[in-house]
Amino acid sequence: MDKTSGDRVTPVADGTPELTRAVDGRLLGGVAAGLARHLGVDPVVVRLAFMALSVGGIGIAVYVALFFFVPAEETERGDGAEERTADGRRKGRDISQLVAYVGLAAGLGFLFLLFGGVFDPLLWFVVFGTLGAVILWQQANPGQRDEWMTSTVGRGKGLMRAGAGILLVVVGVIGFLVFQEQLQNARAGLTFAFTLLAGVALIVAPWIVGLVRERDAERRERIRNAERAELAAHIHDSVLHTLTLIQRRAEDPREVQRLARVQERALRSWLYQRPADAETTVSPALERVAAEVEEEHGIPIEVVCVGDCPVDDGLHAMLRSAREAMVNASKYAGTDTISVFGEVEPEEVLVFVRDRGAGFDLDAIPEDRMGVRGSILGRMDRHGGSARIRTAPGEGTEVQLRMPRIPEM
Amino acid sequence: MGRVPVVGDDSNTTFNDGDAPPRVVIVDDHRLFRSGVRGELGDAVDVVGEAGDVDSAVQVIERVQPDLVLLDVHLPGGGGVEVLRRVLARHPQIRFLALSVSDAAEDVIGVVRGGARGYVTKTISGRELADAIVRVADGDAVFSPRLAGFVLDAFSATDAPPVDPELDRLTQREREVLRHIARGYAYKEVAKELFISVKTVETHVSSVLRKLQLSNRHELSRWATARRLV
Repeated sequence: MDKTSGDRVTPVADGTPELTRAVDGRLLGGVAAGLARHLGVDPVVVRLAFMALSVGGIGIAVYVALFFFVPAEETERGDGAEERTADGRRKGRDISQLVAYVGLAAGLGFLFLLFGGVFDPLLWFVVFGTLGAVILWQQANPGQRDEWMTSTVGRGKGLMRAGAGILLVVVGVIGFLVFQEQLQNARAGLTFAFTLLAGVALIVAPWIVGLVRERDAERRERIRNAERAELAAHIHDSVLHTLTLIQRRAEDPREVQRLARVQERALRSWLYQRPADAETTVSPALERVAAEVEEEHGIPIEVVCVGDCPVDDGLHAMLRSAREAMVNASKYAGTDTISVFGEVEPEEVLVFVRDRGAGFDLDAIPEDRMGVRGSILGRMDRHGGSARIRTAPGEGTEVQLRMPRIPEM
Repeated sequence: MGRVPVVGDDSNTTFNDGDAPPRVVIVDDHRLFRSGVRGELGDAVDVVGEAGDVDSAVQVIERVQPDLVLLDVHLPGGGGVEVLRRVLARHPQIRFLALSVSDAAEDVIGVVRGGARGYVTKTISGRELADAIVRVADGDAVFSPRLAGFVLDAFSATDAPPVDPELDRLTQREREVLRHIARGYAYKEVAKELFISVKTVETHVSSVLRKLQLSNRHELSRWATARRLV
């Protein structure tokens, strides 16, 4: 019995540094390193002590027991402990790596000596047990445990993995005992062990659950505080700033209106943020263009957009034409509001820029007024679209832009 | 014609005969805004009551029985939709015009589906607001350019076949009218543009409103249920 448990221990202890290394955990060798730090001795000493103890079987029990307590201890100690480990990590890792390989080699050699071949079923049960233990081990790694506790998806997966690990260990142990024909002898010990484990689980479970809950609550509170701080910062930077400006410019109603509009738009986009990127699709791009023109010229521009699609070269030209039309309306119409309507249809994109202002006689525009002829009509033509301007003195102006869509791949 | 059966089709309305200005209750949780609106509206309407939350709004409306309620979308106690639900169940003749600073589609669509006959943003000028109030009190629907845009959006997505073509699709003419409204045209201008009478424009808009309220189109339900409004 002593001998068998000793066989099992060696590979388990081997698995430790290997796995920690793979996940780049904060504590090398999990228990051993933590314990070493706690006791103020070199981790190697603790690790060797564990290995020595494991031959007798006690090492495992101690290790497993500590295993459940050490992480909790670490969270309580907080950031200070983490910082302290950080510098010791590199050195510790090298040593433990060495220990791991030596341990692994020793364990494998021991196994071969004991069973004398790869085909001995006993070896396979040992492998089963080891595999299960390794899975459980990985499960309990501090980094992974974090996600295990917080996300429900991770938790489901984690439980499944833990279940698989436990199953493998149980199969390994029982199979091993059966083949060693020691199941009868071991039964009493096993019963005692399981009873003890169940008892400990009963005692510890509520405590662990409480700890997890407390941690969740803390995390939530932290997120909430961060959000509040962000909101406060935003309001301070933008809204309060604008209000101050407005008070100082109170004698200039136009400027006050402009400031209020700019702030309103900023706040709005912050509150109802659209996921789409301003540069890549038509609807936010059109709104952005309107916002820019409005900021420059101080005439409110109302944008309504139906549908959306990615911006290509032609649509880019269209947006620039629309911008020119908005600028013209802001400058010359003498109205207090401009309406912009964009519609994305399957075959084409339409943009209307309309004001109810002075209007003008289209034929009377001098040739050198580049705004309308060059920037709007000409540009749309060059990119395969078309533009129409409907206007008459006193009737307001509407610029209609039309650009065919290039079919998507 | 031009009336929306959902919210009570009473062609022989007794409230707004002749030239008497419509009696209006203003429901908004910002007192400053209420008094601002009151001042801006002046003599165009007769403000007979004010309320700042859902419960007091329902009480005031039941007591004074106004022609129209100017209703803020966001209200403490369940929002404008809750007021609509509680009042319209017993007093289907009272009309609602929704007013909000929000541009969010679910707010706009939600409150219109809840029974409001129109939706305007708070940036609207006093004169335009008075116009809108008179129009809604007369039984018409009032669509702001933004609302028109949302409706076009909601009805244009053609992925799913309509369950009820009568309700789930806009006619070509209705789309035309909405497009012009979205472009910033007033009803009168739309009429001139499409060579139809203002009355016909109103009919189209009311019919769109009816579809908006009755249709089970996926997009509409999605917007509404996103906020548990229906």
